[in-house]
Amino acid sequence: MTAVLRTIGLTRTYDSYGDDVPALRGVDFTVEAGEFVAIIGPSGCGKSTLLHLIGGLDRPTSGEIYLGDRRVDRLSEAAWAVIRRRQLGYMFQSFNLIANMSASDNIELPALMAGFSPSEARRRREALMAQLDIEPQSNMPPGRMSGGQQQRVALARALINEPALLTADEPTGNLDSQATRDVLAVLKQCHARGQTIVLVTHDPNVASAADRVVRMRDGEIIGENLLEGREPSSDTLRSLVNMEA
Amino acid sequence: MHTEYVDMKYPLLALLAAGPAHGYELKQSFEARFGVAWPPVNIGQVYSTLQRLERDGLVTGYEEEQTKGPARHVFQITEAGFRVLHEWLTTADRGPRMRDEFFMKLVLSRLAGMAEPLEIIERQRQTYLQELRDLNEIAIRGESNSSVSLLLAEGAALHVEADLKWLDLCEDRIRRGESL
Repeated sequence: MTAVLRTIGLTRTYDSYGDDVPALRGVDFTVEAGEFVAIIGPSGCGKSTLLHLIGGLDRPTSGEIYLGDRRVDRLSEAAWAVIRRRQLGYMFQSFNLIANMSASDNIELPALMAGFSPSEARRRREALMAQLDIEPQSNMPPGRMSGGQQQRVALARALINEPALLTADEPTGNLDSQATRDVLAVLKQCHARGQTIVLVTHDPNVASAADRVVRMRDGEIIGENLLEGREPSSDTLRSLVNMEA
Repeated sequence: MHTEYVDMKYPLLALLAAGPAHGYELKQSFEARFGVAWPPVNIGQVYSTLQRLERDGLVTGYEEEQTKGPARHVFQITEAGFRVLHEWLTTADRGPRMRDEFFMKLVLSRLAGMAEPLEIIERQRQTYLQELRDLNEIAIRGESNSSVSLLLAEGAALHVEADLKWLDLCEDRIRRGESL
């Protein structure tokens, strides 16, 4: 089966006052269908650069990017615009919702832009709002919602075109611990329903929600960990808490 | 035996500060408060601790007649017991000690020639990340259940997070060529 995403030898070098500053130094990274992958590393390690290249928000200096079978790193901006609408979903730290539109309109907009009929956009939006438990916010503008609710709206917007890959850049960076747990719980639900997710974070708590944690340093991948989704029992908590004794 | 006494001494005094009770009530009350966060309390340990507390003059016992069945032995906290409890409650505790077992392995690994420090760090990271995932899963599910369990899971997660940061620090130092 073809991977949802594959990068080969990806590099990105920025020009800083005439000096070449490498942000990525040759990254080979593959995501299979249905995976939930977290990329973790300190600020400046290149994790956001990698996500921007994957999401077509920036172009590599060298290397190859494949979305499914298709090589995309040399596509025109117009071709990328179609891919961004149809194949990719985005979540950002700052939600990036449109302030003077209701939650419903924010969520439906990408579907309408992708060419779905208004009734199909509404059908999908209603299903997502029910799933993510944000129906009461339908008519609210983002400014009247909590951070956690805004991020759920942003997630619904990201999912409305049923993207092959959901990308999330520090999606809990602006949230308190309770709202962080809420957003992680809904991301896990989406993953359980088969959504492929790549999430970037500096927070190990957030990364540990993923099944695979990829570690970056200085523009390179330096290791990865596979985690199990275990059913927690009261014994789990006891053994974990007592380890401090 | 002595550590068991210390383990249950203050919790029992604190429970008795709320009012007189017999041994089994104290066990139930402790378990109700801590929920799944603490292992079930051994009733024998409760009674042996109460005996020592009585011997030390921190609690007194008396027989309470019952309409049905035999008289029950009920315990009550004394003035001296209140003083000891107050002292315990108002004393700050030391921070947790470092995980010296892992650190011993890290520092000594090369001596034995059996493992590389970076491998030891990697194995440890795998364990910590899985623990963090389990703790956060408990926190996600535990929100509606017990706030005691939730707080404990959050506290344990913060410790694991700090341990992970420490692993990163160890790894950075080793990769930069510092020898252990």
